[in-house]
Amino acid sequence: MGEGLLDQVAEAEAELLAAADRRLSRGDDVQAWFDAVIEADQKVEPRDWMPDDYRKGLIRQIAQHAHSEIIGMQPEGNWISRAPTLKRKAILLAKVQDEAGHGLYLYAAAETLGITRAELVDALIEGRQKYSSIFNYPTLTWADVGAIGWLVDGAAIVNQVPLCRCSYGPYARAMIRICKEESFHQRQGYEILHTLSHGTPEQKAMAQDSVDRWWYPSLAMFGPPDTQSTHSAKSMGWKIKRHSNDELRQRFVDMCVPQAEVLGLTLPDPELRWNDERGHHDFTEPDYAELMRVVAGDGPCNAERMAHRRRAHDEGAWVREAAAEFAKKAATRKGEENR
Amino acid sequence: MTDLVLDPIMLGDDALLAAQRLAEWASRAPTMEEDVALANIALDQLGAARLFLSLAGDEDELAYRRDDLQFRNCQLVELPNGPARTDLDFGWTIAKLLFLSAAQRQTYEVLAADGGPLGEIAAKTVKESAYHLDHASLWTRRLGDGTPESHRRMTEAVQRLWAYTFDLTVDRVAWLGVIEPVLAEAGLARPADPDPKLGGRVGRHTEHLSYLLAEMQVLHRAHPGATW
Repeated sequence: MGEGLLDQVAEAEAELLAAADRRLSRGDDVQAWFDAVIEADQKVEPRDWMPDDYRKGLIRQIAQHAHSEIIGMQPEGNWISRAPTLKRKAILLAKVQDEAGHGLYLYAAAETLGITRAELVDALIEGRQKYSSIFNYPTLTWADVGAIGWLVDGAAIVNQVPLCRCSYGPYARAMIRICKEESFHQRQGYEILHTLSHGTPEQKAMAQDSVDRWWYPSLAMFGPPDTQSTHSAKSMGWKIKRHSNDELRQRFVDMCVPQAEVLGLTLPDPELRWNDERGHHDFTEPDYAELMRVVAGDGPCNAERMAHRRRAHDEGAWVREAAAEFAKKAATRKGEENR
Repeated sequence: MTDLVLDPIMLGDDALLAAQRLAEWASRAPTMEEDVALANIALDQLGAARLFLSLAGDEDELAYRRDDLQFRNCQLVELPNGPARTDLDFGWTIAKLLFLSAAQRQTYEVLAADGGPLGEIAAKTVKESAYHLDHASLWTRRLGDGTPESHRRMTEAVQRLWAYTFDLTVDRVAWLGVIEPVLAEAGLARPADPDPKLGGRVGRHTEHLSYLLAEMQVLHRAHPGATW
């Protein structure tokens, strides 16, 4: 990612530490106190009073993010067994492992809002909560591992860096840690594509094909255009979200264009060009009707991704039951020893 | 037999195929914590494989360009993660890991004491094996002494895999000295010794290896001479 984004993560971390030193004193009017905390760019912490909608909105958002990490393990995990060198296999395996780790921190952050991981996992399995639609696209070639790192992780970072300054403390802290790791992921994806693009003609074609397929779905990761976004206004007022979908999408396009040039790959948009007046690139919007279809469940891999997660959950049930039973027995034995 | 298991190719092949099988769990483990743990162990095994194979030649040439008859791993590590080829049975994976990690720890200890290039690698990997053995032992106890279902599954895994444990290490008595107490504490019967399933060390494998290699090597072999 651009060095600028990592600097923003570092700034957010510094702000977070500074905010901890200047807690506002709390009077009787909890709503006024909450509003003042938000106004003063302080952090709301788990034991603080917060409006119901703020709590519910955060649970929805953090859970969706956690689910995305867990489901996101599948498309890349698809290539671990076939990675073309042992070094690439190790890097990919470590990356997929990081995603499980990110899922864990995020479920833990959601748990501070008074919900359990088990409830959230059930909501995912039963389809009551969503995950990022991008993971409903298939990884057809090894180059897709590179394109996911460069474009999908790149888009995720652009989305997530502002969340490092989110008003809810546990989420902000989780995001700082996650963004630092995601920047490695993006770099490894970029490096895979760079190697392929400078390799054999077959490898270069593989890289170009993957960018052709992942470009528009990555643009769609920023959500519907601002005119149609349902959750944005409230979320911005609460300083959970800091920039609009369209602002972030533009930032991402501007970041990718020079990188694509260095890669020697073409972004599949004939309308893509620098606009001097706006100081940004003009580009073709993704197909939002397609985004809505994928969100609604009708994407290329929605059914497979859910079936995979349900199967892992169901087939692991006997192991979780055994662990719980063993822990119960161990506690009883300990109790008897202490008597 | 002594020379056999102290060969870098055998040590490397054991670790490589263990890594390949363990990595099949990524996104499929019974809990998220276990997804992280199994990936960790797979990464350790893969790291060890790369070090050992690099001592014998080019790691990718060895991993991707040999056919199954040229592999020198024990059969235990090539077996699937369950009784049948596409099964994912956590009890099987834990039993395989228990048997393998106890052997690896023992072998690496001996090598580390001997010094030399193998010893330098072993001094690093022995610490990882100790952790793998702890992890497998703890789960063996949980599953052996958990529910009747987990006890039944773990018993079956231990019984079925026992025949594959005879070429893991040069000193079986010492290996049994580690394994038997773990089984006893887990309430699992120590199996009677069947006819050992040998052959891996001389290139005689099970039907499973060729499938494993077909998947592992497919992309590398499709682009001869390419860099990745």
